[in-house]
Amino acid sequence: MELLDKLNILADAAKYDAACTSSGLDRSGRPGTIGSTIVAGCCHSFSADGRCVTLLKVLQTNICVYDCQYCVNRRSNDVPRAAFTPEELCELTISFYRRNYIEGLFLSSAVIQSPDYTTELMVRTLRILREKHRFGGYIHAKAIPGADPLLTRRLGLLADRMSVNIELPSSPSLALLAPDKKKEAILTPMGQIRDGISESKREIAVYRHAPRFAPAGQSTQMIVGATPETDRHILTLTQALYDRYQLKRVFYSAYMPVSSSPLLPVAEGFKPPLLREHRLYQADWLLRYYHFRAEELLDEAQPDLDPRMDPKCCWALRHLEFFPVEVNRADYEALLRVPGLGVRSARRILRARRVGPLTFEGLKRLGVVLKRAQYFLTCSGRMMEGLRVSEDGLLRRMVALEAPALAEPMPEQLSLFDSAV
Amino acid sequence: MSWTQISCQYDGTYFGFLSCVFDCYVNREEPVEFHGPEDLCCSLYPLRTVVTDEEHARRVYRSFAKFGGEGRRLAVRTFLTCLPDKELWLWRFLRLGYAQGARVGQNLTDPTVDRVRKAVWHLEHEAHMYKGFTRFSDLDGVLVGEIEPKNRVLPLLQAHFCGRYPQERFALHDRTHHEALFHQPGPNGWAILPVEDFSPGPAGAEELACRKLWRTFYNTIAIEGRYNPKCRMTNMPKRYWAMMTEFQKDWDTALPEVKPKA
Repeated sequence: MELLDKLNILADAAKYDAACTSSGLDRSGRPGTIGSTIVAGCCHSFSADGRCVTLLKVLQTNICVYDCQYCVNRRSNDVPRAAFTPEELCELTISFYRRNYIEGLFLSSAVIQSPDYTTELMVRTLRILREKHRFGGYIHAKAIPGADPLLTRRLGLLADRMSVNIELPSSPSLALLAPDKKKEAILTPMGQIRDGISESKREIAVYRHAPRFAPAGQSTQMIVGATPETDRHILTLTQALYDRYQLKRVFYSAYMPVSSSPLLPVAEGFKPPLLREHRLYQADWLLRYYHFRAEELLDEAQPDLDPRMDPKCCWALRHLEFFPVEVNRADYEALLRVPGLGVRSARRILRARRVGPLTFEGLKRLGVVLKRAQYFLTCSGRMMEGLRVSEDGLLRRMVALEAPALAEPMPEQLSLFDSAV
Repeated sequence: MSWTQISCQYDGTYFGFLSCVFDCYVNREEPVEFHGPEDLCCSLYPLRTVVTDEEHARRVYRSFAKFGGEGRRLAVRTFLTCLPDKELWLWRFLRLGYAQGARVGQNLTDPTVDRVRKAVWHLEHEAHMYKGFTRFSDLDGVLVGEIEPKNRVLPLLQAHFCGRYPQERFALHDRTHHEALFHQPGPNGWAILPVEDFSPGPAGAEELACRKLWRTFYNTIAIEGRYNPKCRMTNMPKRYWAMMTEFQKDWDTALPEVKPKA
């Protein structure tokens, strides 16, 4: 089989993995090697679906022994199968990397023969890349649940970021759709990676040249919309993963109909829940950077995120007693709670107000977007001039602000000629 | 007492500009316009031609330490931006800096600081985009790439690409400003030099095969059910597309290059 065909098959099989980031690690290039990483990550392209392309995202192989219903690579699915040899994949990575197409390699795999065999194959690929080609770029490796802990450890010593996919947000769903995978089998490597990372950090504090285990942390991914879990359930789970497993990121992937299994939503007319995925990401950001807790965002009375506006706005409208926030005196956490103020704006406000008091004019100059924030802020005790709204009006305005972005695609202009044909 | 207003002519380099700052402070003069060496100066203000003096320039450069980290960064980088009348804005910023000291970097609501800061942000943002969107082609073992940035990003890209490819020989051409970054293995093996005419040869078979592989990957990785061209355009504006391998046709052997504007 030609390399081109293999790439076609194995990139196609890997594309449903949402995570494609190259962040979390600064490593400068050294003479004699090739490659570096930057802590902010670097997008090298954007595909037609608007997602960032930063790593060469492929599977080692798509030949699988499992039969997970939601997965495009399941054993019972009739698709072309292929496998990269370790050498092939390394050559490909290096030739892409030299031309600045990619930031590194994202290596995942279907389970060929057994988890151990698969992991060994991946370890061999990464070893050639790191040791023979002396590759210093970013490597993201998927741990295979059920593999021997020693093999997973060797994988982690070669990779920068590790991830284990949690796949579905609850164990009943997992039992239903992925009968070969157990919740414990997924959480065990996750815990092992967490312990490996913290141990490696301790060792580095003592010996500078101690081997580094997954220095850019670990992440995971779950599919949203294939099973009936609520947003509240998903966010609580996410928060637990951040707290207990110290994950860097949790990715959500709106379910795409890849199978006609009776256990899954009907494929015909099924629209992937992209808006729900978007709202979940917004809430996820609130957990990681805005000091919110999942319990604050959603409760039993309101188990799902409001599709009409972002979760922070929703929270603000339910907690009007918290507002208005005084720009010149509020602390960082309070500023972050204001809809429309982000991490950057809040930091700029902190810096600028040390020089002199801020006005609304000054806020605009800082780059603060007042579209939403104006309703929740005062500058030196005064609201924005000419602004008067009731609580009801506030809700309507917030919804109206987002409505244009949520509108269905523009109706096409009628043509005089098409219909005549 | 207010300073005499003058029109300043210098050689267009950063050191030239710093010499202007030095001379203006010595002579108590306030420049209201700056001219390059080739500009026809017809102005109502008295013209002063400044000769670049490296020693003076270095003294001014060292004085930027007074502005604090952030202020210093702005004072150094503004000169690389495409801000119209950047010399004048930079002059105003320096005056402000000498008056306010390290506070100038925090004074974000001041109109001058604001203008300079946004220009520098634009420069740094563009440089970051080019870290990802630059494409090299392998021509007989030498990597060659072209970009067409609005700001002079090469000095900001130099550390990134030289650090990333320490063992490679490469050239990165900036079409807008007619200069190129050259690199060869070894310590300090790089230079940014002005170039008049930059025309690399056609790509070989191996290079073409690699481009084809990349296009295959790029087209495969998109999920049809999530097609979202607007999102792609927001993240990767179309002005970058001309130079990217992804959007080249299979039969193109030339470097991905910028089409001349009609």
